[in-house]
Amino acid sequence: MENIKVIVGLGSCGIAAGAKKVFEHIELLNKDNNLPIYLDKTSCIGMCYREPLVEIHDGNDVYLYGDVDQKKVEEIINYHIENHKPLEKYVVQTDKFKAPENNFFEGQVKIALRNCGHINPERIEEYENRNGYKSIKKIADEKISNQQVIQTVLESGLRGRGGGGFPTGVKWKFASGYNAENKYIICNADEGDPGAFMDRSLLEGDPHSVLEGMIIAAYAIKANQGVIYCRAEYPLAIVRLNIAIEQARKKGYLGKNILGIEGFNFDIYVKEGAGAFVCGEETALIASVEGKRGMPRKRPPFPAESGLWKSPTNINNVETYANIPWIIFNGAQEYAKYGTEKSKGTKVFALTGKIRHGGLVEVPMGITIRDIIFKLGGGIINDKKFKAVQMGGPSGGCIPERLADTIVDYDSVTATGAIMGSGGMVVMDETTCMVDIARFFLDFTAKESCGKCTFCRIGTKRMLEILTRITEGEGKDGDIELLEELAQQIKDNSLCGLGQTAPNPVLTTIKYFRHEYEAHIYDKKCPALHCKKLLTYTVIPDKCTGCTVCAKNCPTNAISGSPKEIHFIDHDKCIKCGECFSRCKFDAIKLS
Amino acid sequence: MDNPISMQSSKVDLKLLDPVIEKYKDKKGSLIPLLQGTQNIFGFIPEEAFYKLSSQTGISLSDMYGVATFYTQFRLNPVGKYVIKVCHGTACHVQNATKISESIQDFLKIKDGETTEDNLFTLESVACLGCCSLAPVMMIGGEAYGKLDGKKAVNVIKEIKKKNQ
Ligand SMILES: Cc1cc2nc3c(=O)[nH]c(=O)nc-3n(C[C@H](O)[C@H](O)[C@H](O)COP(=O)(O)O)c2cc1C
Ligand code: FES
Repeated sequence: MENIKVIVGLGSCGIAAGAKKVFEHIELLNKDNNLPIYLDKTSCIGMCYREPLVEIHDGNDVYLYGDVDQKKVEEIINYHIENHKPLEKYVVQTDKFKAPENNFFEGQVKIALRNCGHINPERIEEYENRNGYKSIKKIADEKISNQQVIQTVLESGLRGRGGGGFPTGVKWKFASGYNAENKYIICNADEGDPGAFMDRSLLEGDPHSVLEGMIIAAYAIKANQGVIYCRAEYPLAIVRLNIAIEQARKKGYLGKNILGIEGFNFDIYVKEGAGAFVCGEETALIASVEGKRGMPRKRPPFPAESGLWKSPTNINNVETYANIPWIIFNGAQEYAKYGTEKSKGTKVFALTGKIRHGGLVEVPMGITIRDIIFKLGGGIINDKKFKAVQMGGPSGGCIPERLADTIVDYDSVTATGAIMGSGGMVVMDETTCMVDIARFFLDFTAKESCGKCTFCRIGTKRMLEILTRITEGEGKDGDIELLEELAQQIKDNSLCGLGQTAPNPVLTTIKYFRHEYEAHIYDKKCPALHCKKLLTYTVIPDKCTGCTVCAKNCPTNAISGSPKEIHFIDHDKCIKCGECFSRCKFDAIKLS
Repeated sequence: MDNPISMQSSKVDLKLLDPVIEKYKDKKGSLIPLLQGTQNIFGFIPEEAFYKLSSQTGISLSDMYGVATFYTQFRLNPVGKYVIKVCHGTACHVQNATKISESIQDFLKIKDGETTEDNLFTLESVACLGCCSLAPVMMIGGEAYGKLDGKKAVNVIKEIKKKNQ
C-alpha cells in the first residue's frame, strides 16, 4: 500500500533555495511513473539553513531530509519505495536515530509557530484538525462573554510582539470600552525590520491562526471589520492570506452571525503596503490604509479611541494574534507557565547573519541570548569569534558578546540599550565593523524618515554624514561627542517611535564598541578590516602567480608586474577601491 | 510580466486603466490600490495616467503625486523588462550585499536605479525580501535567489540575458 507521504517545504525561503524545482520534479516523476506516494506541500519549519527540506512519512515514521535537490529527492523517494527505510545519509532530523539536526528543536516551545511546517497552509481542514477554529467555537459553545475573553488574555500576560511589548489584554480592554457603529481590527503585517521574517513565515505557514486570533479579538472588542496590512514584498503571504480568508468565509468563520453568535458580524480583507518602513507605526499605518501618505500623528487619541476612519480600532502584530487561539484553547495559566515574571510565553526569533543555523526559532522567554545563538543557532559560521548580536532592527541596538548571558525578556533586553523588537537577531562576528553597522542603520532611518519632524529628518542625515566620514577615514576629534549630542536631540524631539529610537544603533555601538570608533577616527584603522578606505592592500609574494588580473583591473594603474611575476602595489597611487582584492583568484592580496 | 512598458509615455494606452478605475472608483481609501493597479499595467505610473485617474475619481492631482512620491514602491519612470532587486537589509548587508550590487553594476554597466540601454534590466536596492537566512539575496521577476556572491549573481543575469536573445 502506498503509505509514503512526501511533503515539500514551500515557504519563500524554501522556494528561493530551490524547493519549487524539487516539488515540480516529484510531480513530474509521479505523473510519468505513477509512484505509490502522496505528494503535498507545507511551509517553513524554521530550519532555513537546510532548505530545501523534504519530509517523508513512511508508515508511522517521519524523516526530514535537508539540502535536497532534484537528483537527491529522486534517490530518496525511490529508496523509500523499494525498502520502506530511510536513506540515512541525507536525513537531517528524525526521532528514529541520530541525525545531524536532531537537537534543533530541543529547547524550543512552539506556540505561535505550532502549525508552521506541519500543515498545508492552503487547506483549512488541516488547520481545523490541529485544534484550529476550536477556540472561537469554544467561545460560541460555552457562551464565553467578551469580557471573559479579555480577562483570559490579560491573565496570560501576553505582550505585543510587534516591538513595543504593550500588554495585549489591556489594549483590548481600552478598545472594548468605546462604542461606535464601526469598529476595526487591524493586523500589522508590515514587518519593517530589515533582517527579520517571523511574520512572513507565520502568514505563509499558518494564515488561519492569524485569522482566528483576529476573529477572537473582534469578538472581544465588538469589531465588525478587519484589515491585514501586509507589506508588498511578501507576495506569497498575500496569496495564502486571501485563500485562507475565502475558505474561512465559506465555512462561516467570517461573515454574519459567526458560529451562531447573534449579532457577531466580522469580515477581513488584505491591504497591500507600498513600501515605507514608517507605515509599521500604528498611526502611520492607519493613514496608509486610508489611502494617504503614511505620516504618524500625535497620540492621544490612541487608535483604541480614534483609529481607522476615526473609529475605535485595535491594532496588533501578526505573532500576537497567532498566540491568541492557543491561549483561549489551553487557558491563560498554561501560557503564563512559560517565560519570566513580566514577560510571559514564548517569542519567535529570526536568526540571521554570521550564524551557522540561520532560521526561525520559538523559545520561552527567559532563555539567554547565548543559548539561542550557540545551542539553537549552532554558533558562528567558520568558527569565527562572536562579536555582537543586533536586536530590534533600526530601533534597536547591538548587544556585545560579554552581555550574551542576558535573558530575553522585555526589561532585560531594554536594559542593554537594545530592544526586544519584533524578533530579528542579526549575529555579527569579528569581521563585522560596528561603525559600519551604525552607518548602515542610519542610512536606513534617514531614508525612511517621513520628514515630518525636523530632528528626525535632518538629524539622522547629519548623523549619517558623520558616520560615513568616520568610515572613510575622515573622522575628527569630537565626532563621537557630536553624535551623542545629536542622538539625544533626535530622541527628545521626534513625534513617533521611528525618530525616538533611530539613534539607538549608534548609541549602543558607541557604548560597547567605542574603541572601534576611536580606531577609525584617531588611528585611521578599521579593526574588523571592513572599511575599504582604511585598509592597506599588499601582494602576498608566496601566493601571487603573476596572472595580471589585478593589474589589468586596477583603475589607477597602481599595480605593476609582468606576467608570471610577483606583482607590486604602489600605495601612493592606490585609491583603496578593493578591486584587486575581490578579483584575485589566489587570495594573494592581503588587507591590513 | 509582458507589460507594454517600453513604450514612450506619449503612447500609453490609457484605456487599459478603465477596469482599475471601475474597481476602485467609489471605494474610500483606494488611492494606493489605484496607483498599484496602474503600475501593474504599465510597470510605472505615466504622467497621463495621473491626469486620467484624477479626473475620473475626483482625487486631486497633488494628493496623488504626494502619495506616489511618498512610497518607494511607486515609479514615475519606465523600467526594464526585468527588475533586479538586490536586498540591502541587515542580514544581507552583514553578508556583503554591497559586493552583489557592485558586481551587477560592473557587469551591466549601470548604476543603482538605472536601466540598461536594451531595456532589459533595471537595478534596484531594497530592504529585506524576507529570506534573510539565505542572505545575500536578490529577486528578479518575483523569483528569489539566495546564498549569492558576486559571480553567482552575474551568472543568473547572464542566463536571463541568454534567454532573451
Ligand atoms: C517606526 C515604527 C515601525 C514599526 N513597525 C512595526 C512592524 O513592522 N510590525 C509591527 O507589528 N509593529 C510595528 N511597530 C509597532 C506598532 O506601532 C504597534 O505598536 C504594533 O503594531 C502593535 O501591535 P502589538 O501590540 O501586537 O505589538 C512599529 C513602530 C514604529 C514606531
Ligand atoms: S535582509 Fe536580505 S532578505 Fe532579509
